[in-house]
Amino acid sequence: MRKIKEFFIEKLILICGLASIFFVVLIFLFLLKEGLSVFITVSPFKFLFGKSWYPISEPAQLGILPLIMGSLLVTLGAAVISVPIGVGCAIYIAEVAPLKLKEILKASIELLVAIPSVVLGFIGMVTLVPLIKNVFHLPTGLTALSGSIMLAFMAMPTIVSIAEDALYSVPKNYKEGALALGATRWQMIWRVMLPAASSGIVAAIMLGIGRVIGETMAVMMITGNSAVLPKSILVPVRTLTATIAAEMGEAVVGSEHYFALFSIGIVLFIISFAINVTADLFLHKRQ
Amino acid sequence: MRNPQRTEKIAFFFLLLSTLLIVVPVGLVVVIIIQKGLPAINWQFLSDMPRQGMRAGGIFPAIIGTLYLVSGAIVFALPIGLLAAIYLSEYARDNLLTRIIKLAIINLAGVPSVVYGLFGLALFVVFFKFGVSILSGSLTLGIMILPIIITSSREALESVPQTFREVSLSLGASKWQTIRYIVLPNAIPGILTGTILGLGRAAGETAPILFTVAAFYLPRLPGSIFDQVMALPYHLYVISTQVPNVDEKTRYGTAFVLLALVLTMNLAAIVIRYRFRKKKKW
Amino acid sequence: MVKVDVKDLSIWFGAIAALKNVSLQVKANEILSIIGPSNSGKTTFLRMLNRLNDLNPNFRIEGEVVFDGSDIRKQDIEVLRKNIGMVFALPLPLPLSILDNVAYGVRMHGMKNKKQIAQKVEDSLKQSYLWEEVKDRLDESAFKLSGGQQQRLCIARTLAVEPQVILFDEPCSGLDPISTAKVEDAMVELKEKYTLILVTNNVKQAARVGDRTAFFLNGELVELDNTDKIFTAPKDKRTDGYIRGKFG
Repeated sequence: MRKIKEFFIEKLILICGLASIFFVVLIFLFLLKEGLSVFITVSPFKFLFGKSWYPISEPAQLGILPLIMGSLLVTLGAAVISVPIGVGCAIYIAEVAPLKLKEILKASIELLVAIPSVVLGFIGMVTLVPLIKNVFHLPTGLTALSGSIMLAFMAMPTIVSIAEDALYSVPKNYKEGALALGATRWQMIWRVMLPAASSGIVAAIMLGIGRVIGETMAVMMITGNSAVLPKSILVPVRTLTATIAAEMGEAVVGSEHYFALFSIGIVLFIISFAINVTADLFLHKRQ
Repeated sequence: MRNPQRTEKIAFFFLLLSTLLIVVPVGLVVVIIIQKGLPAINWQFLSDMPRQGMRAGGIFPAIIGTLYLVSGAIVFALPIGLLAAIYLSEYARDNLLTRIIKLAIINLAGVPSVVYGLFGLALFVVFFKFGVSILSGSLTLGIMILPIIITSSREALESVPQTFREVSLSLGASKWQTIRYIVLPNAIPGILTGTILGLGRAAGETAPILFTVAAFYLPRLPGSIFDQVMALPYHLYVISTQVPNVDEKTRYGTAFVLLALVLTMNLAAIVIRYRFRKKKKW
Repeated sequence: MVKVDVKDLSIWFGAIAALKNVSLQVKANEILSIIGPSNSGKTTFLRMLNRLNDLNPNFRIEGEVVFDGSDIRKQDIEVLRKNIGMVFALPLPLPLSILDNVAYGVRMHGMKNKKQIAQKVEDSLKQSYLWEEVKDRLDESAFKLSGGQQQRLCIARTLAVEPQVILFDEPCSGLDPISTAKVEDAMVELKEKYTLILVTNNVKQAARVGDRTAFFLNGELVELDNTDKIFTAPKDKRTDGYIRGKFG
């Protein structure tokens, strides 16, 4: 009797163990199911590289290049800001900060992770956006730059915590060896720690960027939502994620617009899949 | 000409600067929201229906909606996540399948939240015909927080010393009995921590609920799990971008309630983890 | 009477051979001591008997181990582990109360009656000479006991499930001389009812309690004989060398 019960429990455990695979496949399948229909009317090339996104005009123009460029621009800006600051902070926490301070810093980084993106978007709207507007004398502060700065903050916790892990797992004797040769702590960090932890830091940066590309609410609230090819970082843009979030509410289920938004979802899914798999390879290279 | 000591000083200054560039804004965000949001909080704000197109009244249905969604998500995600964690920590061998499962979890954690929204729309709302409802939203959020629950539960299970398992098995207990009576009870604080973190995440997310459950303006409480509800994060989005002329105070107040809810959960998780570490018996 | 019959036993962990062609018999109601330097395969041998090695995914076994009339690998693993109990090197109480520690095994085997369980706990604790010290605080955490008390608790816990054979894996390695003496007293007493196999790094302990003594070296059984013979007139030079402390 007990054995039969345990047999079923263990089967259930196995099934749940496989649930993650099941859900990833299911997500991809349903994106494909809904998204591929758009390619009946639009060629994949035109979809990816078409320069105009007018999904509700007649006939609809479904080129997502402006959205891709919007995402790229915002992401690039966020990376430029968050990578040096994030890695710097990781080094500070891992190697420089005294123990007590370390705990406090880690806690505040955890706090940053916990703040919902819609709250950050709101704060960005009321503080950052007017600031950008005034500093650069722009007609609107809702620009790619505002998005980049906001997203940089959202990428930083990821970068800091994974890079710090990578630095932490550098073998102690590397450090001691360098210090014993008379290197200063900074020389030790620069010449020994960073190269030894490099693959982990690369993974940290990639995952941080992955977070940025996928971020939706904050970016939708402060980048101005204008689906045209951006000419500078000081104009409004629209990202892939924001397009889905902003337009799905109005798209009719089963319409071309609806399918096109799912196709954007496929693009996002593939990007995040590629980033996560590559980052995982980097993380495992280390061990 | 190159002075290593001076280089070090400069370098460390920049490291400190980067750290401050992260930590100070975090503090500022929290301080601003508390400072401007707290005055808006009173019993009426928390317990009243919104009125006049959300320009007046309270946020009660949004609070209730978020609580419903979060509970639904956890009811779905905790059992599956916990059993998946048990599989990984107690049953999985070091083989290709395990590697694929781990990769799937990483990817699940990395899928953009708005893509979860699309998925929920396609699967639950349209395919299963649950409609735009609490059920659809909860399931979508549940799948989204699954990786958090799996990862933290697995860590908790794996931190139970192997010797406990050996002792239990050596007394003739079965593998499941060992898990049930020895491993799980000692992993509960860690599992709880992960669950609460998952709850916090679910409470704060907007994109996955946009097309699966969230109602723009619905000044009444839901009657069943097939009803739409308002939710705090979506409500904050709506009143700060979609509705003109909403009082600043109302916006900050809503942001404050959402932030307080999420941070309280995180704080609870941290406290549990801390007390557990102190009390650890082995 | 032969209790356990081991024939041509070899064990590998991955590519590493831990035991090579070991054959020996354990007699009922004896204390068989197994001595040898570390990494000689003694603990592997012990953990093989109640199949704890199976937990290691790289474990591979050849040969035959007969207990109770059949090979141990053909038996129900839970029944086998109930029949062949184990006391570990360090005192390893479970994170439960004293009472729950001792009652753990019988509860897992389905005993539900509270009175029965209490009686079982009392009997087992008496057999391991711990009852008098703990009878008034059975509900306290087992971690509050001293090291020696914890080890006797572990013995009581093993006794409670009524094994036929008890395996001791260096049971006194973490204990002071007085606690060690108490554990050894308990072992000699237990011989009346059970068969004991004792792995020890302490050659003198083997001499004190063992009826027979086996000497393992590099995964091989070098010599097995009555304890006084092993210690006074060993046949193999390596045994002699180990006992005199030349290596290990």
